[in-house]
Amino acid sequence: MSRKWIVLSTIIAVALAFAAGLMVFKNRSGQELAKSVQTHSEALIRPHAAVYGNPAAKVTIVEFLDPACETCRAFYPIVKSIVNQSFGNVRLVVRYAPLHRGSDTAVKILEAVRLQGKYWEAVEKAMAFQPQWASHDSPQPEVIWELIADIGLDMAKAKADASGPAVAQILKQDITDMQTLKVDRTPGFFVNGTPLRDFGAEQLKSLVAQELSKVGAPAQP
Amino acid sequence: MTSAPTAVQTPGFWTPLFTAWLVSLLATAGALFLGEVVGMAPCVLCWYQRIAMFPLVLILGLGLLDSDLRSVRYAWPLALAGWALAFYHCLVFWGLVTESLVPCGKGPSCADTDLQVAGLVPIPLLSLVAFTGVLLLLGAAVRRREKA
Repeated sequence: MSRKWIVLSTIIAVALAFAAGLMVFKNRSGQELAKSVQTHSEALIRPHAAVYGNPAAKVTIVEFLDPACETCRAFYPIVKSIVNQSFGNVRLVVRYAPLHRGSDTAVKILEAVRLQGKYWEAVEKAMAFQPQWASHDSPQPEVIWELIADIGLDMAKAKADASGPAVAQILKQDITDMQTLKVDRTPGFFVNGTPLRDFGAEQLKSLVAQELSKVGAPAQP
Repeated sequence: MTSAPTAVQTPGFWTPLFTAWLVSLLATAGALFLGEVVGMAPCVLCWYQRIAMFPLVLILGLGLLDSDLRSVRYAWPLALAGWALAFYHCLVFWGLVTESLVPCGKGPSCADTDLQVAGLVPIPLLSLVAFTGVLLLLGAAVRRREKA
């Protein structure tokens, strides 16, 4: 056997072993995740969580969101359009997975704003201007206050609420549920309790379509 | 092995060089598997050892294709640097170097007991074994050349 052939076949063998290990591991961790969601289904949706879209929708996307996460920012318009184009069949439930530094403060601000009914305006602003406040080295979530200064809030009340116990309790519960459901990357999606295993926008859309057909709703255009 | 008139006979250093390359290839694949598939984020010291290990696959691999012993000359400083880092990392892992000296500001702790494969073998030890193997095999390759 020629020496080059030995080198080449060794590379192929190691690559194949790697791919096999990858498949075994993904399969196993996917099963574990599905199992933990089944046993802890109460951790998926809590009454306090923000809902976008028809509250009585048959299909629910639960998104574990980190306001400082770039991929969450990229997914924001995608998820919104899935809900908007669903004729009321899909709703979004927002849970938090504050995995970045400063994210907890951002979550507290957003939740304080929600008490005044301006939640989605604030989320839009925080996402749109995320590069300004969510640098991973030196995050400045306080900048969000300036971004939302013009959406018509009682700022004094919002700032008091942001450091109040009610908002802190929501954050604490979401972090607990995030750990229970083993969400370690954001955004973490669950559609009617099924975790999005293979991550991507198209995969999310097809998982939603699959759940829509299960409940007998017309598929989206 | 009977050598055809045109075929170049396999030099004596080829087998140890190949084995050194295989060790670095397996170590690289293993590090990538743990980091990208299992999801164990590499700590700072792990990253430095990766910097020393990954290029060995390319340098020694090219050396193998051309049966070029000079690849050893370019590989051994990397292997030695990686060995020193792995040795230091083992000291940190077993607590022989105190936590305050550990240059791990960000990311996971280099002294974390989670740095184990299957809860048994510490990753820094695996790294040290791999770098030791590479160094010994490179030495063997050079010695075989000198004998020849």
